[in-house]
Amino acid sequence: MTRSAPVPEAPLIRVEGLFKSYATPAGPFPVLKDVNLTIESGEYVAVMGHSGSGKSTFMNILGCLDRPTAGQYALDGQRVAQLAKDQLAHLRGRTIGFVFQGFNLLPRMNLEDNVALPLVYCGIGKEERRRRSREILEKVGLGSYAKSLPNRISGGQQQRVAIARALVNRPRLILADEPTGNLDSHTGEEIMALFGQLNAAGITIVLVTHEPDIAAHARRQVRFLDGRILSDQIIRPRLC
Amino acid sequence: MLKAMLEEAWQAMGANRLRTFLTMLGMVIGVGAVVLMISVGQGARYAVNQTISTMGSNLFILGSGPSVSGGVKGSTLFTLKMADAEAIEELDHVEVVAPYHHPAPAQVQFGANNWKSSVVPTVPGYLDCRVWNTVAGRPFSDSDVRSATTVALLGWTVAQKLFGDMDPVDKIIRIQGVAFTVLGVLAPKGQSLDGRDQDDTLVIPLTTYQRKLFGESFRGSVQLMMVKAASSEAMPGVEKSIAALLRQRHRLREGVADDFSIRNLTAVAESAAETTRIMSLLLGAIASISLLVGGIGIMNIMLVSVTERTREIGIRLAIGAREQDILLQFLLEAIIISVAGCCIGVVLGIGGALLTNALTGTAIIISGSSLLVSFLVAAGVGVFFGYYPARKAARLDPIESLRYQ
Ligand SMILES: Nc1ncnc2c1ncn2[C@@H]1O[C@H](COP(=O)(O)OP(=O)(O)OP(=O)(O)O)[C@@H](O)[C@H]1O
Ligand SMILES: [Mg+2]
Repeated sequence: MTRSAPVPEAPLIRVEGLFKSYATPAGPFPVLKDVNLTIESGEYVAVMGHSGSGKSTFMNILGCLDRPTAGQYALDGQRVAQLAKDQLAHLRGRTIGFVFQGFNLLPRMNLEDNVALPLVYCGIGKEERRRRSREILEKVGLGSYAKSLPNRISGGQQQRVAIARALVNRPRLILADEPTGNLDSHTGEEIMALFGQLNAAGITIVLVTHEPDIAAHARRQVRFLDGRILSDQIIRPRLC
Repeated sequence: MLKAMLEEAWQAMGANRLRTFLTMLGMVIGVGAVVLMISVGQGARYAVNQTISTMGSNLFILGSGPSVSGGVKGSTLFTLKMADAEAIEELDHVEVVAPYHHPAPAQVQFGANNWKSSVVPTVPGYLDCRVWNTVAGRPFSDSDVRSATTVALLGWTVAQKLFGDMDPVDKIIRIQGVAFTVLGVLAPKGQSLDGRDQDDTLVIPLTTYQRKLFGESFRGSVQLMMVKAASSEAMPGVEKSIAALLRQRHRLREGVADDFSIRNLTAVAESAAETTRIMSLLLGAIASISLLVGGIGIMNIMLVSVTERTREIGIRLAIGAREQDILLQFLLEAIIISVAGCCIGVVLGIGGALLTNALTGTAIIISGSSLLVSFLVAAGVGVFFGYYPARKAARLDPIESLRYQ
């Protein structure tokens, strides 16, 4: 599957001179220090680095959940810093699918409704929502659990539901912050197989991981050290 | 979208039923109290206005003795004379002067029917003062008073008790054993300001009372007089000239206290109306406070709920919810709670008002407009107190709320 790229072709993600510091009682605490990165549409990137190196901070900025202190971030050619809150919400809802380490499903809603939630905020009708969330749940192998509550299924299954929720609005970009961090290695492999399929279908994937086995699934590995990019290497050519 | 949000709000409320119920209870009690108080207050005002409109206008009551309330009733020494009445009638702006006596308790009989009522001895002018017409038969005349005929007018209640469906006119009844001919039946008047049944009475000529029922001991003197002034503007002047005239006629020297009293009935009625007005305002104000407390209860719970659901809000923001979506979600919950509370409260308030009416006989008025107003005010209170927590939820930072806990 290929996507018609906008002309002139802009990379899906372009980050230039990105800084982020947190305000702490002891003064500003720099976490990202001059990060530069370009990710093309269709790539599959693993972000690595030891704890505290700023990976999650970086992902949150990519996901438009957080704003950088300085520097440029352009998503699909659009400068995110210039967008209003509602436009950011629009991007989070339609262009980006976020997958968290802790799944972050809503505990009171059944799986079908959890998956359909992003569609509610796009104003899509009930029947269409049900149809699409069923379809995606089938795809991640949980069709028969549609009416169950999240606490009735295993962690691996919950993460698949979370991925289904990230996918339901057909995003171009999946951002996953340690998606296998709470899972055993076997279940982790299942999740990675799912990501592999998605990337093969043309969806750009950026995921954070500590485990080399998991990172080996990606086509490109970016390594953070102390808020800077230490290395950036392509380990397999991308599909398209 | 709205439908989906309503469903979600419903779910969220169902997740903590006891809390939802208790929050709603504050609203229910508030609205119930307002509806009940307004019904009772309006009922009281209606009753008072009704009484005032049947009382007759621009009236004074003159009493023998210095004070109307203290000890005059039992006294046989009446300082007002029939001749005083004639003199007062000559004054400017005086339309009618009607001497009468306090209603005297009397046993009334017709055939086998007995009824304990009271008799008002007076002259035809009394009925004019009080705008009291006959619905059957005719009133007695000045000549009945002059010749002290044994005729009586029945109040509505007395007519009902003694005659039921029968026509009382021209029937013979006995008052304290003395035979009287029923001349007519008076139109029903309802309750007086002090809550007595004004229709439980008989009206007979003053002279008949003095001669036939009580001997002739106080012929020529009279306990009370009702005076009707030409207009309400004339009342202060009339009051002064009556006082001056009576002092002169009774030969009261400078410095000697009045041996009569003048009471302005219109003023009494006005103060009664004012009292009920203030009372119903007060009731409404107290009820409104409970409504306010209910609203604060909603705000309190919504604030707790927003804090509890911070993470949920973060998740929603992360998957594309806009500020206004979050705002709407929490506002809807507050609105549902307050509107549902309002509905139940209105029903309970009406029930309470009907119960009050059934148990105490107090007049109540349940008007659609007052229900609508209290409903709208209460719903407004819900929205007002729900807005702040909802806005707080909507303004949460996505990443901060995802990190919460
Ligand atoms: N809200 C915050 N306020 C202050 N400092 C923060 C905040 N969030 C993160 N930090 C600091 O920023 C640094 C980077 O955090 P971040 O979560 O990005 O690291 P990470 O690379 O994802 O680590 P891990 O692998 O453990 O998830 C850490 O030192 C952390 O203490
Ligand atoms: Mg992290």
